[in-house]
Amino acid sequence: MESSDCMVVVAPAESYSLEYGGQNEAIFGRRTERIAREIAERRASGRASVRIQDRGALEVTLRARIETAFERALEVEKEGEVAR
Amino acid sequence: MNAGQNLKMVKNALGREVPVEIPGLGKFEPYVSPFDYLGRALFRTQETRPIRPREPRHDKVTDDIRKAVERSGLENGMTISFHHHLRNGDAVVPAVLKALSEMGFKDLSLAPSSLSDSHDMVADYFRNGLVTRLFSSGARGEVGRAISAGELDIPVVLRSHGGRARAVEQGEMPIDVAFLAAPLCDKYGNMTGSGGRSACGSLGYAQVDARHARHVIAVTDSLTDYPLRPRISVPQYLVDQVLVVDSIGDPSKIATGAARISRNPVDLRIARNAFDLIAASGLLTNGCSFQVGAGGASLAVAAYVKDYMKENRIKGAFGLGGMSGYMIEMLEQGYFEAMLDVQSFDSAVTDSMTRNPNHIEIDASCYANPFNKGCTAHNLDIVVLAALDIDVDFNVDIQTGHDGVLRGAIGGHPDTAAGAKLAVVVAPSFRGGVPTIKERVTTVCTPGETIDAFVTERGICVNPRREDLLASARAARLPVKDIRELKEEVEKLTGVPDPPEFDRSRVVAVIENRDGTLLDTARAVGPGPGRGLV
Repeated sequence: MESSDCMVVVAPAESYSLEYGGQNEAIFGRRTERIAREIAERRASGRASVRIQDRGALEVTLRARIETAFERALEVEKEGEVAR
Repeated sequence: MNAGQNLKMVKNALGREVPVEIPGLGKFEPYVSPFDYLGRALFRTQETRPIRPREPRHDKVTDDIRKAVERSGLENGMTISFHHHLRNGDAVVPAVLKALSEMGFKDLSLAPSSLSDSHDMVADYFRNGLVTRLFSSGARGEVGRAISAGELDIPVVLRSHGGRARAVEQGEMPIDVAFLAAPLCDKYGNMTGSGGRSACGSLGYAQVDARHARHVIAVTDSLTDYPLRPRISVPQYLVDQVLVVDSIGDPSKIATGAARISRNPVDLRIARNAFDLIAASGLLTNGCSFQVGAGGASLAVAAYVKDYMKENRIKGAFGLGGMSGYMIEMLEQGYFEAMLDVQSFDSAVTDSMTRNPNHIEIDASCYANPFNKGCTAHNLDIVVLAALDIDVDFNVDIQTGHDGVLRGAIGGHPDTAAGAKLAVVVAPSFRGGVPTIKERVTTVCTPGETIDAFVTERGICVNPRREDLLASARAARLPVKDIRELKEEVEKLTGVPDPPEFDRSRVVAVIENRDGTLLDTARAVGPGPGRGLV
């Protein structure tokens, strides 16, 4: 992972949870929680576990990475349904 | 052990809580303003120290560190000092502390001119009780972490280089035994940093300690024939003993290569903006004086200044401070008449003093002590300084990381900011996703009223106290921004960080202004929010 970026992993879950680690975890915990929860609620009614490893990403970057992770996760789920 | 610290706190003129008294250290006064001290009565000067005269041809040399310590009369509870001219290659602090620890000493005050990355082991000596008080310019790495974790019962005193020289000369911090690394030394203790295999350049910080410590031990790995020549930084009459050791340091870490001009486009943009402001100030004229650090953006400012001086045929009077190879290049190419060097930053500087008569070694008091009869920092026109954080009142933090842990060094920052006609702070508007401009910095190291402008890649923030400078910058059509507006602009990109969490009841360090008044207080770092599962 490059510096000024972050890695986001999203998985289906019974309820929302966030694991946030990295160099800015102590000072950006609340910001990240707010953004991740908002996106998880909107995209998956909160039924997702989110893991973020942060190497100093800007807020805009963080947002984009989480949105993309959800989008791809939902695509995978959809494909799974079609196959069944 | 840490319970019941219960210090009585008052608010200083910056609204920062500072203690009025610390058991084990004494009484303190709160900071008022940069030059408040001028209105006070005459200052106390150094009390005379006991001198033990010696018979002719007295033998000063030993290779036994224990014997040298025994002869020094060092006792538990006393103060020992070191200089930090050997930078990250220093082996003298580790060797001496190890010997003192093995000899069973405890409860010592450690008072180095600063601590570098090579001094992580100092934290071990907090833990075994050898060192119970620390006075320094900086605290990095393991030492900073140990202090911020509250491992020392007595708070650390952090001072600028000028503030330390003042405290030593006034007798506020009497040094019992100074262990001074001497890269080139003769048997009678004449020493210099310009030579030997651990050559480091200027010995400006060592000179103050040599003059004022009760007992001075030169520690050398290069004993040369008597008399040392052609340069003597500390003369023999100030030195009690010469301790010969195998090695005082790692030359590859002492003599790091010359700092190069940054090619980072953000740094270059910052430097260009800073240079434009300096040019607009009208201070770059014949006879000007200039100081700049060796950091990325700072050194790039020097490059722009040099181009401007060349183009406009300007010759400056002097460059000051920590010397980098780039400044020596400017001396040798005739852009400045002289370089006043308290501390050499890189190997390109080391032999310059023997080569260039106008490369002049100055001691820390001459550099920045506000309480002597006039220091060179007070003759400065322009200084370019770095920062970790700055706040909307232009207060600068050069000591605290984003996690609240102490990790930097104050150096000459507050001294030159107070002394220069134009003090410009340069930094990227954010680093690692964290904005540089805060509502309130964690720890004030340099008061905002001594900072004239803060320059980033996104624009120039002029301190509203400097209406004249703001007018000049506007007239030159420079990208001037209000510091609060720039703060909000950056926070739109990064988000707003939470301040780190501290245990407010536990003071771990105090930050002295150069006049000895207290600027701020550092507290123990508490368990931060957002760790692991939120």
